[in-house]
Amino acid sequence: MGVVRTRAVALLGMDGSIVEIEADYSSQLPSFVIIGLPDAALGEAKDRVQTAVANSGLELPSRRLTVNLSPASLPKHGSGFDLAIAIAALGAAGKIDPTTTEKVVHLGELGLDGRLRPIPGILPAVATAVAAGIETVMVPSGNAREAELVPNARIVPVASLRDAAIWHGAQLEPVAVDPILNSTVSVEESRQIDFADVVGGTDAIEAMVVAAAGGHHAMLLGPPGSGKTMLAERLPGILPDLDVHAALEVSSVRSLSGMAVGDRLQSRPPFEAPHHTATAASLIGGGSRNIRPGAAARASGGVLFLDEAPEFNSSVLDSLRQPLESGVITINRANAVAHFPGKFQLLLAANPCPCGQYGARDSECTCPPAARRRYLGRLSGPLLDRIDIQLRVERVTTAALRISTEGPRITTAVAKTRVQEARAASKSRLEGTPWDRNSMVPGSWLRGSKFRLEPNRTRSLDRALERGGITMRGYDRVLRLAWTLADLEAATRPTSDHIGRALYLRKGIM
Amino acid sequence: MAIKDELGRLGETIAAGYLERCGLRIIDRNWRCKQGELDLVAIDGTQTVFVEVKARSSVAFGHPFEAITPVKLRRLRALAGQWREQHPEATGGYRIDAVAVLWEGEPQPKVEHLKGIR
Repeated sequence: MGVVRTRAVALLGMDGSIVEIEADYSSQLPSFVIIGLPDAALGEAKDRVQTAVANSGLELPSRRLTVNLSPASLPKHGSGFDLAIAIAALGAAGKIDPTTTEKVVHLGELGLDGRLRPIPGILPAVATAVAAGIETVMVPSGNAREAELVPNARIVPVASLRDAAIWHGAQLEPVAVDPILNSTVSVEESRQIDFADVVGGTDAIEAMVVAAAGGHHAMLLGPPGSGKTMLAERLPGILPDLDVHAALEVSSVRSLSGMAVGDRLQSRPPFEAPHHTATAASLIGGGSRNIRPGAAARASGGVLFLDEAPEFNSSVLDSLRQPLESGVITINRANAVAHFPGKFQLLLAANPCPCGQYGARDSECTCPPAARRRYLGRLSGPLLDRIDIQLRVERVTTAALRISTEGPRITTAVAKTRVQEARAASKSRLEGTPWDRNSMVPGSWLRGSKFRLEPNRTRSLDRALERGGITMRGYDRVLRLAWTLADLEAATRPTSDHIGRALYLRKGIM
Repeated sequence: MAIKDELGRLGETIAAGYLERCGLRIIDRNWRCKQGELDLVAIDGTQTVFVEVKARSSVAFGHPFEAITPVKLRRLRALAGQWREQHPEATGGYRIDAVAVLWEGEPQPKVEHLKGIR
């Protein structure tokens, strides 16, 4: 006997830390004590562990068992420590080899029959273990495929505590059990929606392509029935596939949210469209003990679509400003700070006024001017300032319907190829910089000596700045858009035509 | 006498024998007062040792030690105080021990001893 150690992982947001679990028997009346800031679910582990050990054909001594989770000051929650506690206890009892337990991270919840239940957050937990230099990770069979998505990890899937004990050298006959599996729904549903379904609105489709190519945030303003939602739903379809790092991040957030991860990394960008009654906690994440990711974190790497944006609570909308700036969602609590990825592309849709008809060619707006002003005023200036593309969309006219049924249409496949080529062009230009798409590039760099445009190209833009039509910040945004437009047309530098179109995309609302 | 009481008496005898082999000197058995009974009182060097003996014929209802609950332990402490009040000659410190006698039909019973339980 003596003190036996094993390891597990405590997750706080996306960041994990290795937890060392020590177990020791002392010559005292039988009891089971867990110390080191466990929450209620973790405190109940003692009953699960005791029953599961007994039902696995093993026996723990009738003495006082003390289990210490260190670092003791780190709050730990959830049932994912069950397996590690049980293995540490069996090691302290001399039932298994205590030398192997220390080099393995154990994750999993125990059922009373000794079988292991899958837990949420396996992906970031395994990634933490590998990053800490412990490659061998024991996980429940139900989590095995998810855990194997992490590169360089040696995964030991076990169906029951008995199997886990045998792996650690217990002298037992293996007993086959039905492993408890996660629901295996395919994550990547086939996307059948196509840009070809959109009738008319050619410049709106073009704006979506520009947004996808440069990673620009966008806002669509238009009366009901002008196809804002249709356009938004089709944006993720033209985004390029995620690279391995981004895919791991997307799948990790899904895993943390308790959603199905499937048997391979998600390679398509996610799409999140929270309802306008969403709270700040549901959007950016929250929770008092177990801090869970919100819709913005789940949309990281993809598109966060806010339909009817002015209907959102303004404090909720403004909570997005910090992630828009830094690409990281930070949630502060009195005892902890959690980080989630926040590299989403924001897409807003709004009616121009409460009745929705203002500016429409075919109907009359009934709103008083003050109501109209108040409506869009709910979108705060600092938030709108971060939106590169602000475009007005119109209802489809009969002429547009006629043209679109006869003329060629932009399909998702064609648009996706254009986006990929433009992304490749901007990536090669931005080689050696910390940015990889145009929307990230600061204006000072674009106005710097190497990429400064000749005055005759930027004449229209300079005039807009002189007249006060745009601010200096707006000037930089138009420059960025112009570079994206140039990339889309395989031009080496933006021409005055690109600048003009960029100005239209930025100021199309007014 | 019921079988369990017989086993209890037998357990106390076995425990006493075990403790004597360990070098303790038994000075009192089944000492009673209003609050209850002390199974064994022994002297270990200068320390007075109050021993609670639990005898079982199987672990179907748990290990003998599991029957010593916090309430029982509290009562033992009160009894120890009472005993010392009536025996002022015992001056050293004291501790409470537990002895489990498990006799599941083998020729020899299994004896376990916990010193200084808290």
